[in-house]
Amino acid sequence: MQIFPRELNYLPLALALVAGGLGAGVFTLFWVYFTPPNLQVGYTPKQPVDYSHRLHAGELGLDCRYCHSQVERSAKAMVPPTQTCMGCHAVVRTESEKLAPVRESWDTDESIPWIRVHQLPDHAFFNHSAHLRAGVGCASCHGRVDQMEVVGVVEPIAMQWCLECHRNPEPHIRPKSEVTNMKWEADEAWVAQRAMIADVLNPPEHCSGCHR
Amino acid sequence: MSYDAPIEELGETHLLPEGTTRNEITETIAGVTENPAPRGWWLLFLLSVSVLGVMGAALAYLFIQGVGVWGNNAPVYWAWDITNFVWWIGIGHAGTLISAILFLFRQKWRTSINRFAEAMTVFAVLCAGLFPAIHTGRPWFDYYLFPIPNQMDMWPNFKSPLMWDVFAVSTYLTISVIFWYVGLIPDFATLRDRSKNLTRKRVYGFFALGWRGAHRHWQHYERAYLIFAGISTPLVLSVHSVVSFDFATSVVPGWHTTIFPPYFVAGAVFSGFALVMTLMLICRSIFKLHNIVTIKHLDLMNKFMLGVALLVGYAYAMEFFIAWYSSNPYEQWVFFHNRLGWGQLDSKGNWGPLWWAYYAMVFCNVIVPQIFWFKRARTSVPIMLIASVLINIGMWFERFVIIVTSTYQDFLPSSWGMFHPTLIDILTYLGTFGLFFTLFLLFVRWIPMIAIAEVKGNLPGAHPDLHALEAHDEEPDTGAVPVPAE
Repeated sequence: MQIFPRELNYLPLALALVAGGLGAGVFTLFWVYFTPPNLQVGYTPKQPVDYSHRLHAGELGLDCRYCHSQVERSAKAMVPPTQTCMGCHAVVRTESEKLAPVRESWDTDESIPWIRVHQLPDHAFFNHSAHLRAGVGCASCHGRVDQMEVVGVVEPIAMQWCLECHRNPEPHIRPKSEVTNMKWEADEAWVAQRAMIADVLNPPEHCSGCHR
Repeated sequence: MSYDAPIEELGETHLLPEGTTRNEITETIAGVTENPAPRGWWLLFLLSVSVLGVMGAALAYLFIQGVGVWGNNAPVYWAWDITNFVWWIGIGHAGTLISAILFLFRQKWRTSINRFAEAMTVFAVLCAGLFPAIHTGRPWFDYYLFPIPNQMDMWPNFKSPLMWDVFAVSTYLTISVIFWYVGLIPDFATLRDRSKNLTRKRVYGFFALGWRGAHRHWQHYERAYLIFAGISTPLVLSVHSVVSFDFATSVVPGWHTTIFPPYFVAGAVFSGFALVMTLMLICRSIFKLHNIVTIKHLDLMNKFMLGVALLVGYAYAMEFFIAWYSSNPYEQWVFFHNRLGWGQLDSKGNWGPLWWAYYAMVFCNVIVPQIFWFKRARTSVPIMLIASVLINIGMWFERFVIIVTSTYQDFLPSSWGMFHPTLIDILTYLGTFGLFFTLFLLFVRWIPMIAIAEVKGNLPGAHPDLHALEAHDEEPDTGAVPVPAE
């Protein structure tokens, strides 16, 4: 007497296929959806003020450091205080509807609740000044902010992405005078020169380089 | 005469009592899974499940609160967690030793205890694996242990013995499970064929993988078994060697010792045998297996334990010799002050506060087993039960002594500290007994706990040169009768 129906002979094959498919599915799901390239890139929160980087940094040609003034000196680039805005807007477009929240902040002494766009985990210590000093341009990480109406994340802020540059910084460094220049592109003379600079740059690759 | 026939001039006898029939063996062993469970089983099972619940609660509390609920803290970063890990993984060594090494050495007496020991191995390794996984404090990051490509570009440090541990233990678990299962296939088929109802038939039939007891099946089976024994044998030595590297590759006095790998392997086999003994004695009396696990088997196991006890004792002595011979004050401090409690090096003449753990270890592991020099002790069930329990306590203390007394006072007196276990430490450790015994009791109830087919191979009638021996009349084997039509 047979205790199993004949069709069960296909059970091992079916189990293997299901297990294999499930494994591949879970892997793909994680790799494609639950990773920084998908979870972080494209994050463009709506800010309390309808501020246009394209207009200010692009058309008007303001330097990044006009507003993010501490970027060369401190770990954080600094979100500008209302006073920086009012430096111009006390006299320029004083009646603009879009600037109402800024004027309100100016009147009430309450900060504008800007929303942070580029988030690093607390256990990763990133220092803007060190990167500028090494010659990494703003655009390398933040993209062409001068073309963005609203700023969003363009690069996956993942450890792998950090390490890519730390292991091979050469393509990302530029003359220190050009770090905030959004339109700058490497010319042949620089390409010849930067290899030597990258050679001595030696960015940290050990754990405590970023995790203290 | 057969080469493995008992040498009567030396007082040797057959492993199984004269006149034991194959049917008797099948009935006894398969009967355990077929008859209603004895009351003792239910009592133990309820107790084990309750203790397992305690473990669950302790782990939940640990995960919510973090490892701060344990007593580990600077300078004793490893304490009960790793003690328990090493202890459990050590216990897991008896199974493979009995199954693989004794198989290769043609020690036929292993057949009555190997299934049992293999199951114990698997469950002990599961209990062991729990501790490294939870002691990190953030068990949801345990996948970091495995080389999985990830967005952090994080890769395990292959220079670290902790990494080797991951591979050693997971390999060991895999091989132990496969080896155990392969051995079980013919017995599952026996249970399938004896089953009275279709569900049971199907469940055992599923696990029997279509075994019909054909000649070719046996041929493949024997070959596979030999191959697995060959693969497992180096693992018996390698797994605990790798565990010992966790300590030996460091520079901590008391850990940085070249004798560690063989010392750990001997200790592992020692504790594994002791636990097999304890459990075997209990099951033997609950399920009345006296005819299959005879006093002769127990006697042989006791001799084995005596031998290993001498090895372990030698390792203890050698550690002290090296501590003295090295003239290294830190090494000497750990051994003479922290372990022996000897105040020689302490300006105040204080005894080390953990000296009692060291003496407990030496008493249980070296002194107690010496009783097995006497045949009367080797054949006395109460004595061997007490001794085997004491040995396991001693082996736990061995790991505790190694881990805690080496670290609580090492190089800088300013960083000296002390370790005190917390309630959660204790509950977590005791809880793993719940896990172990729950699994073990389920095993005893649903899986033939003794290798039916292999034990039969030890009957006088099973020898290939049957006619050279004075064979007894064989009864037909009812264990492998064809399935009756329903």
